[in-house]
Amino acid sequence: MAHADLLSPTTLTDPQPLVIAGREFRSRLMVGTGKYASNAQMVEAIEASGAEVVTVAVRRVDLDRSKDEAILHHLDPDHYFLIANTAGCYNASDAIRYARLGRAAGFNEWVKLEVIGDQQTLLPDTTGLLQATKTLADEGFKVLAYTNDDLITALKLEEAGAVAVMPLASPIGSGLGMLNPYAIRTIKQRLSVPVIVDAGVGTASDACIVMEQGVDGILMNTGIAAAQDPVRMAAAMKGAVEAGRHAYLAGRMPRREVAVPSSPTTGMLGT
Amino acid sequence: MTGTEILEAEIALAVNGTERRIPIGWTLADLLASLELEPRTIVVERNGTIVRDRASFTSLALAPDDVIEIVHFVGGG
Repeated sequence: MAHADLLSPTTLTDPQPLVIAGREFRSRLMVGTGKYASNAQMVEAIEASGAEVVTVAVRRVDLDRSKDEAILHHLDPDHYFLIANTAGCYNASDAIRYARLGRAAGFNEWVKLEVIGDQQTLLPDTTGLLQATKTLADEGFKVLAYTNDDLITALKLEEAGAVAVMPLASPIGSGLGMLNPYAIRTIKQRLSVPVIVDAGVGTASDACIVMEQGVDGILMNTGIAAAQDPVRMAAAMKGAVEAGRHAYLAGRMPRREVAVPSSPTTGMLGT
Repeated sequence: MTGTEILEAEIALAVNGTERRIPIGWTLADLLASLELEPRTIVVERNGTIVRDRASFTSLALAPDDVIEIVHFVGGG
């Protein structure tokens, strides 16, 4: 593997591994599988990211050339925890239909639930999202709900039965980074279920800053897939998520508006 | 449905949004085999209902005007 040298983990361990709905995960970084130049590149990038949770989409089989698209021909479902998404669904009933199809594919009852409300921004339709979350949770699904950074919606999703709430850092595929750290922090402070920031992370520093807010994890796709070198970026994201997590656990120094010298002010020559 | 005449030994149904003609008596398994699809990696919805039991593919007889959707996992975020 060309980037094997990038795979070494940091030596620090996380004292509290990520647990969602009673299941422990080996990484706080979750990755999508879209937009890669090739399947080989996707596989190598996902391996470099260290992610365990990997999201996939449900689509019609292209009956003329199904072999190229089928993700299961490339990713081993025993090695990764595959979660189907409902990307592209614009109302609750479509999202529910896609979720059921994803579950029937036979891996698990987890779903990354998206109900999109607007084609230009891909921002969520929170009314449809709440409705679909409730229905699917009642059917036994483990719902990870992609939402905006609104606290009230996040609280309602938790109440509706979501096992994790996934507020956006910024719109899907935008790479704008976290636009509202206050909102993300507030959601994390108020929810009992894990908060996984989903969408908008554009580079490693974005991921690090997101994790420094204390959230439980990050899901990203385009930030890795659209990099010039996706495999190297995947490794960078892995390091950034770990660094941000450790920085959060370590507790940052207070911000000051004035300088405080790091070196002794005594013992200067000529005094 | 197109205006073309359907042969007596065939039925017409919709598969992933496209009309297809298949011999009378074909099961879902026959259809999947003709499309070179491995049942393990796909999910089939027939007339809006998921066919959960893959073992039933070989006994599920297809009917005229069935609406069949065959889906699988592709790359996504």
